[in-house]
Amino acid sequence: MAKERTNGEVLLDVDNISLSFGGVQAIQDVSFDVLRGEVRAIIGPNGAGKSSMLNCINGFYHPQKGTITYKGVKRSQMRTHEAAAQGIARTFQNIALFKGMSTLDNIMTGRNLKMKVNFLLQALYLGPARREELEHREFVEKIIDFLEIQAIRKTPVGRLPYGLQKRVELGRALAAEPELLLLDEPMAGMNTEEKEDMSRFILDVSDEFGTTIVLIEHDMGVVMDLSDRVVVLDYGKKIADGTPDEVRTNPDVIDAYLGVAHD
Amino acid sequence: MPDTPEESRVAATDATLDTLPKLLLDRAARSPDRDAIREKDLGIWQAWTWREYRDQVRAFACGLAALGFKRGDRLAIIGDNRPQLYGAMCAAQALGGIPVPVYQDSVAEEMQYVLEHAEVRFALAEDQEQVDKLLEIKDRCALLETLIYEDDRGLRHYDQPFLHGFAQVQARGREFDASNPGHFEAEVAKGRGGDVAIILYTSGTTGRPKGVMLTHDNVVITARNSAAADGLRPDDEVLAYLPMAWVGDNIFSVGQAFVTGFCVSCPESGATVMHDMNEIGPTYFFAPPRIFENLLTTVMIRMEDASALKRKLFRYFMAHARRVGVDILDGKPVSFTDRLLYRLGDVLIYGPLKNTLGLSRIRIAYTAGEAIGPEIFEFYRSLGINIKQLYGQTEAAVFVTMQPNGEVKPDTVGKPAPGVEIKIADNGEVLYRSPGVFECYYKNPEATAETKTADGWVHTGDAGFFDADGHLKIIDRAKDVGKLNDGSMFAPKYIENKLKFFPEIKEAVVFGQGRDYVSAFVNIDLEAVGSWAERHGMPYSSYQDLASRPQVLDIVQECVEKVNADLAGDERLSGSQIRRFLILHKELDADDGELTRTRKVRRNTVHERYKVLIDALYSDAKRARVETEMTFEDGRKGTIKGDVEIRDARTHAVLAKAS
Repeated sequence: MAKERTNGEVLLDVDNISLSFGGVQAIQDVSFDVLRGEVRAIIGPNGAGKSSMLNCINGFYHPQKGTITYKGVKRSQMRTHEAAAQGIARTFQNIALFKGMSTLDNIMTGRNLKMKVNFLLQALYLGPARREELEHREFVEKIIDFLEIQAIRKTPVGRLPYGLQKRVELGRALAAEPELLLLDEPMAGMNTEEKEDMSRFILDVSDEFGTTIVLIEHDMGVVMDLSDRVVVLDYGKKIADGTPDEVRTNPDVIDAYLGVAHD
Repeated sequence: MPDTPEESRVAATDATLDTLPKLLLDRAARSPDRDAIREKDLGIWQAWTWREYRDQVRAFACGLAALGFKRGDRLAIIGDNRPQLYGAMCAAQALGGIPVPVYQDSVAEEMQYVLEHAEVRFALAEDQEQVDKLLEIKDRCALLETLIYEDDRGLRHYDQPFLHGFAQVQARGREFDASNPGHFEAEVAKGRGGDVAIILYTSGTTGRPKGVMLTHDNVVITARNSAAADGLRPDDEVLAYLPMAWVGDNIFSVGQAFVTGFCVSCPESGATVMHDMNEIGPTYFFAPPRIFENLLTTVMIRMEDASALKRKLFRYFMAHARRVGVDILDGKPVSFTDRLLYRLGDVLIYGPLKNTLGLSRIRIAYTAGEAIGPEIFEFYRSLGINIKQLYGQTEAAVFVTMQPNGEVKPDTVGKPAPGVEIKIADNGEVLYRSPGVFECYYKNPEATAETKTADGWVHTGDAGFFDADGHLKIIDRAKDVGKLNDGSMFAPKYIENKLKFFPEIKEAVVFGQGRDYVSAFVNIDLEAVGSWAERHGMPYSSYQDLASRPQVLDIVQECVEKVNADLAGDERLSGSQIRRFLILHKELDADDGELTRTRKVRRNTVHERYKVLIDALYSDAKRARVETEMTFEDGRKGTIKGDVEIRDARTHAVLAKAS
């Protein structure tokens, strides 16, 4: 696999983050960084704090302790839409699409932030609104072509099988032209063939657009094949960080996954 | 081709335009701004006019020349129907080279055979998937030098020096063209009608594929004759969705398009064909019976889900169409009230239905390759869709017989096509001779000698006869027509087709040669039977699961018994009634070598692989256990095991000879 995806610049730096909900300590003093252009995986058993970590990165949760530095700027209480405006997009563990809308319209919603003209002009479909709509439509069509979902362009996503819905969700995230793409279990519930397809799309996104990707995944085979570096969380703590090979042979990781009794 | 009937040469309109590239240049000069070929890209139909088509071909041809492509070189072309790939085919021909289109779903090993056998030096692949296959076999194909890809998606990190992008090759070609003016024209002018235009590998039901060499004369003259016979016009619309490696595509999407100047549209992807067809509204359409069957099945399944009123309307008007529709289409007398009712039906049912199917503008539709179920055939004709049958072969550049307008019967394949002579050999085999008859099989003189006689007659290998109206009727492969132990005639294909006409049955293989009675393997149609299971609240997990359900066996048994009743009515075939049958535990698959790429059953392979089951059919066993190796799409192998139930079907008394 091509390993020269990154130029070594740090895009995102997570420093000593802690997050708790009441008495539950979801994340405890976790630090790691994400280099521009790399595919970074976060793995760990159920309840390890992986999704919470993504929610911190895109500003949905606000950690009580620690700092997140994105593109060299330390950020404080950021909102999700600000994260989106800065070029962070994500997909969800439980698909969050508009079920009654077509694939095309769903992906189009991903362009929302890029739309400049006001609501009134859009509703009337006048001059600049029309021009803008066409530009966005073209971009969305490129994504549809890229993800090979031409055949379901006009199909309401609620009618699509699960694997395709996941693909549409990826498409919507891509529509925002993100610099940092957060994928929460992009392959959960897929069969082998669908997983292979999705893996190929993720690698292609990385290759074609140079997008930095942080992904959470349970399928170890997929993680080891896709990612450049892996962070391992367990009970909210970081227990390992390194290349797939380093992580694979780390005794703590093996313990966490095989469930050796902690004393 | 010394043995061509002289009159068909005269029929060619302009003898100086004897190659496909010359025809293209002529088209570009005469109607430069008409659309020539379209493709749906980024959701929008993008067209090349004839002038653009020529310029694209020119740039690519010059690029090939710059890369060292010489006269007689072969260019393999692997991919879906794309304007660039059609253009590349013509570019190779312009340089006096020979395109060799390869079925895009071939696995690497099959591709290797074709590329090695055809001694291919240059290959054009549509995308990464095909490039990967080519890279995999490149070391084993000693002559393969240069690979070109059309879509660069995912290929950014491929740095092999012999790998070039289509656009880069064209850019080099434009430079080459600028520094070698006149080179392109000179090369095109060197072409002769007798030059080989294309090598098409036929998958064949036995043995290795054979490379059929067709000359420009074969393609151009056949295209001219057939276009004239059907009155094709420049404003016709065609959808190019069948494999480029199939002879028909080279006639319908290239030969006839160049000769008449109609526009060819390439679908966006294999999965969008039906939708694209609906947008384009082709006027001239070709599909194997399978596609017409699938369309009908989809319509029927969706009608089951429609509201009661719609179902009623549909049934009422379809019954009316069955009664008078075909006569109206054939211009036969029909009473005024019936005509009026048909008109109403057209507004309410037939019109919208045809529109949904993308068939509202059809003037001429053809089906061939296999027998089509009479009910399916009548269904389309009764809607006013002029679907006809033709009988053709790669070796004939498609046309052997075709049904003229107004003389269409469901059980024949029509009259000899223009310029074609036909005779029936003593053993019942059909032989033909025509301007489309191929030059020879590439590097296979034995096979050529077996198939083509010295004076140009080609053995079709099919048994048939002419009916009273001079229409040819094909019964089976000549070599497959055999005898049961009691001496009665056994025509397996004939029986299999009767079985396959039931929507529930997708594939059937019958046995009987040198046996006491006839028995059958059946593949159910997963879509049709699956939908039935859904409606009856019967959950199932897989094909194998569904195929082993007793209720499904009951359905198939009913079909088998209907076929038996039908066969009993025919004196010669009543001995071939199916005594025992089973439903196979897996679908017959081309990847396992059980079907050809065009989905015809390979009898020998099936015989070998399922010997256990055949033995069981000819014993008293009620069940049989079987284990079969199967190949997945990515080439990995696995085994599939199953316990198969064998059923006895009711047969009917053989009709007394006296009756």
